[in-house]
Amino acid sequence: MIRAMHRWPGLLALAFVTILALSGAALSVFPAVERLSAPQADSGLTVATLAGRIQEAYPGVEQIRRSPSGRITAYWFDQGTPGAAVIDPATGQGVAPADPNQTLRWLTNLHRSLFLGDGGRIAMAMAAAAMLVLSLSGVALVARRTGGWRQWFAPLRGPVTGRLHVEIARTVVIGLVLSSATALWMTASTFDLLPDGGAMPGMPAATSGEMGFDPGSMPRLQQTPVADLRELSFPYPGDATDVFTLKTDAGTGYLDQGTGALLAWADLTGWQRVSETIYMLHTGQGAALLGLVLGLMALGVPVMGATGVLVWLAGRRGRPRIRGNQPAARAETILLVGSEGGSTWGFAATLHAALTKAGQSVHVGPMSAFQPERYGRAARIILLAATYGNGAAPASAKGFLDRLQAAGPLPAVPLAVLGFGDRSFPAYCAFAHEVEAVARARGWPALMALDTIDRQSPQDFLRWGRALGAAMGLELELLHQPVLPKTQNLTLVSRRDYGAEVQAPTAILRFALPPVTLWQRLTGAGFARFRAGDLIGILPRGSAVPRLYSLASARGDGFIEIVVKKHQGGLCSGQLTALEPGESVTAFVKRNPEFHPDRGRAPLILIGAGTGIGPLAGFVRANARRRPVHLFFGMRHPDSDFLYDQEFPVWQKAGRLTRLVTAISRGARPQYVQDALRAEAAEVLELVRNGARVMVCGGCDMAAGVADALAEILAPAGLTPVALKAEGRYVEDVF
Amino acid sequence: MKSLLATLALTTALTLPGLAMARPVTLTTTLNNYGGDGAYLALYVTDASGAYVGSLWMAGGKSKYYEHLSDWFRATGGDTAQVNGITGASVGAGRTLEITLDLADALFDAGYTLHIDAAVEDMRDSPNEVAVPLTAAGAGTAVPGRRYVASFAYDM
Repeated sequence: MIRAMHRWPGLLALAFVTILALSGAALSVFPAVERLSAPQADSGLTVATLAGRIQEAYPGVEQIRRSPSGRITAYWFDQGTPGAAVIDPATGQGVAPADPNQTLRWLTNLHRSLFLGDGGRIAMAMAAAAMLVLSLSGVALVARRTGGWRQWFAPLRGPVTGRLHVEIARTVVIGLVLSSATALWMTASTFDLLPDGGAMPGMPAATSGEMGFDPGSMPRLQQTPVADLRELSFPYPGDATDVFTLKTDAGTGYLDQGTGALLAWADLTGWQRVSETIYMLHTGQGAALLGLVLGLMALGVPVMGATGVLVWLAGRRGRPRIRGNQPAARAETILLVGSEGGSTWGFAATLHAALTKAGQSVHVGPMSAFQPERYGRAARIILLAATYGNGAAPASAKGFLDRLQAAGPLPAVPLAVLGFGDRSFPAYCAFAHEVEAVARARGWPALMALDTIDRQSPQDFLRWGRALGAAMGLELELLHQPVLPKTQNLTLVSRRDYGAEVQAPTAILRFALPPVTLWQRLTGAGFARFRAGDLIGILPRGSAVPRLYSLASARGDGFIEIVVKKHQGGLCSGQLTALEPGESVTAFVKRNPEFHPDRGRAPLILIGAGTGIGPLAGFVRANARRRPVHLFFGMRHPDSDFLYDQEFPVWQKAGRLTRLVTAISRGARPQYVQDALRAEAAEVLELVRNGARVMVCGGCDMAAGVADALAEILAPAGLTPVALKAEGRYVEDVF
Repeated sequence: MKSLLATLALTTALTLPGLAMARPVTLTTTLNNYGGDGAYLALYVTDASGAYVGSLWMAGGKSKYYEHLSDWFRATGGDTAQVNGITGASVGAGRTLEITLDLADALFDAGYTLHIDAAVEDMRDSPNEVAVPLTAAGAGTAVPGRRYVASFAYDM
């Protein structure tokens, strides 16, 4: 619901909101420039003195105005010719022409009405309303994503467009709320919808009938500092019944031109004061610095518009149409989806198609539509559940847990949960786990154990599909590729082999950089830009499902390097480890910004085992700034699978690697990398206390062992791996 | 319709004998290129003593800006009922406002003066921009305004 309230106003009003924001940002500069360029009055200067000076310089003066920036403008007639100038209050002389700034006028009219009069004003007011709705719904979404108000500025994870969108939003949203809310007030005021009209005192019944009293001697003007002045209008020459009209920050009054006496006075109304404050907040006139800040914040709007559209498009691309969807009451298999951005729907569609092809009747729907009493013919329920933020239910699974709690289990209908998530989040697949726990607690039979899919991995899905097929007694090949990026052919230049003696044949493969188009170079797409820690997807011959490997080199190294271990019966690893220089593979780059070293100078603790050393070696190679790097490397035997054994001494000598700790699992004293960590507990703790960042790469079991070891090591300092993860100081790349 | 309403407005303000005798009068106001947004114009009549008698036309729809038409505003206390039904759009720089109303014969050659107050956003207020006595002889004679009005004339 909130997402829809964010998406549709955003898409519909995108162009209008962008014009509002850009013109508003440009307009915000003017009050500041005016403030800096206008000659300011001394604090002690009174309106009487100022009026006297100006009248001396311009005897035909009609009106003196002071803008909130302090700029004083005088208007006069000299022998029937109108004149106007910006006045230096110290002399009463004109120092600059008072012609309206045509750029300012053009921008103002664009900003408030698109040059279309009242119709345009209403359109722009609606755009401001859309901006307010967007801001408020966005605030709710950010709070949900970061896990609450207190984590408002918590580090973000996930694809870069969405992250950029939220990063800007949570910084500028306060300005956008202020600007859009004040805009709506001002529009209401312009259309006379608010009782904030000018309160003018009643015209005095009689004046003295005399003329010619020097304004410089009028007591009221002598009491009024220039800082309070808004406007002083002089009587019409020769008209004895006319009066001086004085407008100040306090109100409006009339002064007798023959005696200088105050004839009438009316204070500003409360509504007027509110409206004037709102006008100041919106325009920055009288609050130039605030105006500049709001203008800068408005510049975030076009960026958020662009990233917002990209996020929306990515979600749409991931959500295919489901053909031949069966009604829930007639389907044997109920397939429910809990998705936030939409990518999980793609997996559901693949599963739906495969099951339908296998002769099943399948219903696909959102988890929020869970109604077990309607599933008359169901033989099983499959839940595909993503997680939002810190373990919350994703958009299409809102209210699911309540329904699951309320409904009685169907004893003959087993239920399976498949979680979708990203291991770099602390709450990996937390919602799926919660669903599973509640379902079991409520007594639902299990079709199969809970499984998870990391970062939309097609391989994980394929594996789970086989297990599902086995549970259902049919052959299931789930070939799901969310969006296959553009692939290129990579030619192997060299390979170094390790580990054959310890039954772990492993190779460091080095490929030549493929040719890059100008467009790729400009946009950083494809192989034009990559770093160690990014992923490379390789399409093995005979399969449409790519396998992901961590890159061990950066674009600047001039080659593409990966570390591959041959798995028993592994299609892709078999082909890669058999590859000879000169032969090529089909591949694409997938960014993995979560697993890059940050730009700080705090020490890095790199922990890896086996092929997991690849990206870590890449980080060390790229460490030209000689940031302290402590590398823990687990291997089977130093004589066999000591990957990068030649490079490490060179990097250590060059200062790119501070310390290398190895753990040997097949030797006199078998040791895993987590054991090596425990042996160095004191140093590890000291490093983490000093802000070190931990990066772990390797298999699931190894990562779990490392997390346990770190939990023990950090406990004395009151730290946990979970807390470090939440801060972004503990990242894993697990396969 | 426009002129009928205008007549009505004047009728309420002017309880003059012989008002039944009226004739159509065309008021033509041409603005100069003053380089600003559309001008608000108030056209109204005062009697020989300078007292406000009634409004003929208000160019500019938003009453919150009427205070800048300061003479008209002071004379009427900003009473928008004075221009009910005789209000139109503001007039852009260089443009011409032409209105035709039925004006009572008794208004001519009887010391009445037609005034125009003008105001433009972020520019000077110009009360009494134009002040012309209403005389049968003066009809068709264009007079310039002080700041925004290039020429004004009434024809019958």
